[in-house]
Amino acid sequence: MKTRILAAATALAASFAVGAPATADTLQNVMQSGTLTVGVKADYKPYGYLDSDGNIVGIEPDLAQDVADTLGVELELVAVVASNRMQFLDQGKIDVMIATMTDTAERREVVNILNPDYYSSGTNIMARKSTDFETWDDLEGAPVCGVQGAFYNRKTSQEFGAEIVGFTGTSEALNALRQGRCAAFVYDDSFLNSRLQEDQWSDYNMPLETIDDAPWGVAVKHGEDAMARFMSGMVVHWHTTGQIVELEKKYGIDPVPFTRKMHERYRGYIPEAKK
Amino acid sequence: MQEIYEWFRWLNEATGINLTIVYDSYDRERMIDGFVNTIYLSLVCLGFSVIIGIVGAWLQGSPLKWTRRLVNGYIQLFRNTPPLVQMYFFFFALGSLMPRVENEWGIMEPILSNWHWAILSLSFFAGSFNVEIFRSGIEAVPKATVEAAEALGYNRLQTYVYVVLPLALRVCLPALNNNLVNLVKTTTLAYAIAVPEMLYVANQIWSDSLNVPEMMTFLLFAYVLLVGLLVMVMNKWERSMRLPGFGA
Repeated sequence: MKTRILAAATALAASFAVGAPATADTLQNVMQSGTLTVGVKADYKPYGYLDSDGNIVGIEPDLAQDVADTLGVELELVAVVASNRMQFLDQGKIDVMIATMTDTAERREVVNILNPDYYSSGTNIMARKSTDFETWDDLEGAPVCGVQGAFYNRKTSQEFGAEIVGFTGTSEALNALRQGRCAAFVYDDSFLNSRLQEDQWSDYNMPLETIDDAPWGVAVKHGEDAMARFMSGMVVHWHTTGQIVELEKKYGIDPVPFTRKMHERYRGYIPEAKK
Repeated sequence: MQEIYEWFRWLNEATGINLTIVYDSYDRERMIDGFVNTIYLSLVCLGFSVIIGIVGAWLQGSPLKWTRRLVNGYIQLFRNTPPLVQMYFFFFALGSLMPRVENEWGIMEPILSNWHWAILSLSFFAGSFNVEIFRSGIEAVPKATVEAAEALGYNRLQTYVYVVLPLALRVCLPALNNNLVNLVKTTTLAYAIAVPEMLYVANQIWSDSLNVPEMMTFLLFAYVLLVGLLVMVMNKWERSMRLPGFGA
């Protein structure tokens, strides 16, 4: 099974190959040393967080484990934050980064962000289950808490007619939502997802279709072409098998539209491994 | 009007000075709302704080020990705490303890809104200073004048309203001016509890359009204008109330 996946991943990766010869080879080093080091978040539940024993767990650590299993090597996880994750990759502290990083043109110049993207987050609302919002237009005239400076505040009020009540931070906005001062809280769906896992928010849900999706990408260092091809294949493999959707369910969040859509698109694409 | 909008659009393209509040109708409308909200918040708080000051100063001179202690306690509490802390305390701590009513989304909402709490906390904050300002005026009224009023049969309230206050007001007007100017500037703090006054609106606009220097400059001039107007009115009032031979 393991070798089949590996073969499938490399076969798929071939379609993304740019033709440059693999030189300083992280992939070879990993195979020789028997350890793959992956940078993940440790403060972003449920994508990467610390469990009660201090281990890093979550969706991204599970994906990293899948990569290590496919290669047949040991996995070492390194906790990264937004401000150091690209530097860690560049300095070789980590071989691969799977750390909730939004795929932008500026970042693609610093590190090699792989196609296709593996996840995506956008804008959604968190509201009491009793409020019964079904489309964004239902927010017309409703007081909606937000965080001052968020770019989707304008859209929410201008296009959907909501009355934005903007606070200085997420904790104030959540507090105001709980006090009943607004009918909903508009914010990043990934953040809302993680909050909704907590017991104190069990009366709330995320009822709308996520908008303004921005994709997250797996990254490797520029020039590590063999690793890049292999990881691209892994991402395609995850979309093909629906593994990310499964992990979202495992960690108790609703699959985001992006992972569902990618799974739909790639489903049935699993090529037979060559004997 | 259309030509003016176009000119500002051109100004942005030509020089990078991006005044969306002129040519973008959405930004324009919310900035006008913000401006009106700032004026409204300032006027309401101005009125309440002066009333609190006058009543507080009268109660401070009360023969009842506990009334005096209560007023002094209020002054200490509000004068010794930052207005931003008061605002957070009122809105998030006291606000959640208020009785609740169901709104049109079926949510039990506390009865006092962020507007109410902003008005309450700003009025009481400026009011605590006003009490002391009025006290300074009252103490400047000669004791002989008060005794004369008593001799004419005025009771304590009548003496205060007809004799002491009119004289005290003239003495404390410059100090009152200062405090009211401060109050207008302090209304910006209401942005912390999402009252859509000018700073709140400007903050959202510069987040959307990344035109921070332009909006900062606009805010500065807007407050110079507002406070300038207030000072002009107060100076006019001060001159019209001058008594020949009293005070400076």
